[in-house]
Amino acid sequence: MSPPVNPSARPPWILLLPALAGLAFLVLPLAGLLIRAPWPTLGTRLGEGPVLEALRLSLLTATLATGLCVLLGVPLAWVLARVPFPGVRLVRALVTVPLVLPPVVGGVALLLVLGRRGLAGRWLDEAFGITLPFTTAGVVLAETFVAMPFLVISVEGALRAADPRYEEAAATLGASRWTIFRRVTLPLVAPGIAAGAVLCWARALGEFGATITFAGNFPGRTQTMPLAVYLALETDPQAAIVLSLVLLAVSVLVLAALRDRWVSAP
Amino acid sequence: MPKRTPAAAATAALLLVIVTGCGDTGGSSASSGGGTLTVFAAASLTETFTSLGKDFEAAHPGVKVRFNFGGSSSLARQITQGAPADVFAAASPATMKTVTDAGDAAGPPQVFTRNRLVIAVPAKDPGKVGAITDLSRPGLKIVLCAEQVPCGAAAKKALGAAGVTVKPASQEQDVRAVLTKVRLGEADAGLVYRTDAKAAGTQVKGIEFPESAKAINDYPIARVAKAPRPALAKEFIALVLGAQGRDALARAGFEAP
Repeated sequence: MSPPVNPSARPPWILLLPALAGLAFLVLPLAGLLIRAPWPTLGTRLGEGPVLEALRLSLLTATLATGLCVLLGVPLAWVLARVPFPGVRLVRALVTVPLVLPPVVGGVALLLVLGRRGLAGRWLDEAFGITLPFTTAGVVLAETFVAMPFLVISVEGALRAADPRYEEAAATLGASRWTIFRRVTLPLVAPGIAAGAVLCWARALGEFGATITFAGNFPGRTQTMPLAVYLALETDPQAAIVLSLVLLAVSVLVLAALRDRWVSAP
Repeated sequence: MPKRTPAAAATAALLLVIVTGCGDTGGSSASSGGGTLTVFAAASLTETFTSLGKDFEAAHPGVKVRFNFGGSSSLARQITQGAPADVFAAASPATMKTVTDAGDAAGPPQVFTRNRLVIAVPAKDPGKVGAITDLSRPGLKIVLCAEQVPCGAAAKKALGAAGVTVKPASQEQDVRAVLTKVRLGEADAGLVYRTDAKAAGTQVKGIEFPESAKAINDYPIARVAKAPRPALAKEFIALVLGAQGRDALARAGFEAP
């Protein structure tokens, strides 16, 4: 879908200059991270207990959050794409709010609803003895909250782009709606789900604001990589650089994996 | 293509605004009478310094006092990395030391006040916390500051002095975050500065404990070496150290050094 390009056209300098400045602005900070990294001690620092603990917790919670996003987000995307109902635009807007909402605000909102004294959290605590703040489950919920829109948008786009005639054909052959969803629609949009899930996972891995607000910070239980980076900066900037490098590497890997679907998608 | 020129001009103009705008933020436009004084101060000083800042502005017509409140360690880092500050007031000598060690303080810092920890509990005190030893009771949700920040270091010292082992539910990044969790009732208790418990009003009850005397935080203040407004900085520090400053600090629950 890319527009026709004339390779012989020379870009005017008035566009080229700001473009280069923009590129430098985005790339230089990352280069700085690479230049200032304590490369000789990188291996030992990565092997340190707290770093490994934060990395392990980050990978675990981001994966669980992605699973939750797929479980809830795919049906949500399907409803938004296939079920006409009044207010669908409003619902679609609401679903994408966490994309632009400051994550700290998301954390506050989660705390007010799911906290021990929150609207639903109080009931959870009294009826089941379940409290979510300060737990790993709380981290997963915070990450799910900020990451799910990425999945919904990606899957909804895939559903809209999918040819409806396959589903119609299956229906004329007598398949039930559930069977159609399972056997026709899902395989059709599987690449979209995969792309959304990868994006979702990357977003969950980088989540900071909602996590520290809702789940707090405790090594091994709620201290994910971004939180560890923030606190390491207070006393041990070198460690913060090492942790940041890991997150940068993961982000680059994810974008490389999504090269075709996200970076150059229309 | 005539349509292209206005767009390009707009881009260039925008860039120009951005570039010149960036260079203009240091308050360099100040003449002798006015200007902006930038004070970096520990988060626990928020209320006191805000009111002192108003007094300072009233006494210096045309002068604006701008505050950057935050964790002392991050403020110290910002200063050593060249943030345009005039005055730095830290919540601990250790954080001030990173600034003096880097040669970014003008003259030796002066301790202007002290703060001690209290146990903060929600107004209704659901955990029935009465003494520091209660904090080790299983089933209670306790939040502390992370050891990397001054309030966490003080908490560790005080708990050590009391011989109490606490398993915190969370190690927050600053004292205000601890207070928030207590205020919302998510935590049954936390260790915060006496002044923070006081600032939270009736939502939070502060319980004094004798071992807090072992972990009193000294607050040093210093003029930043590259202060854009050194004269105003000196006057502001004099205000903080003077009678007016002492009164305001005492009202907030700080102790005299």
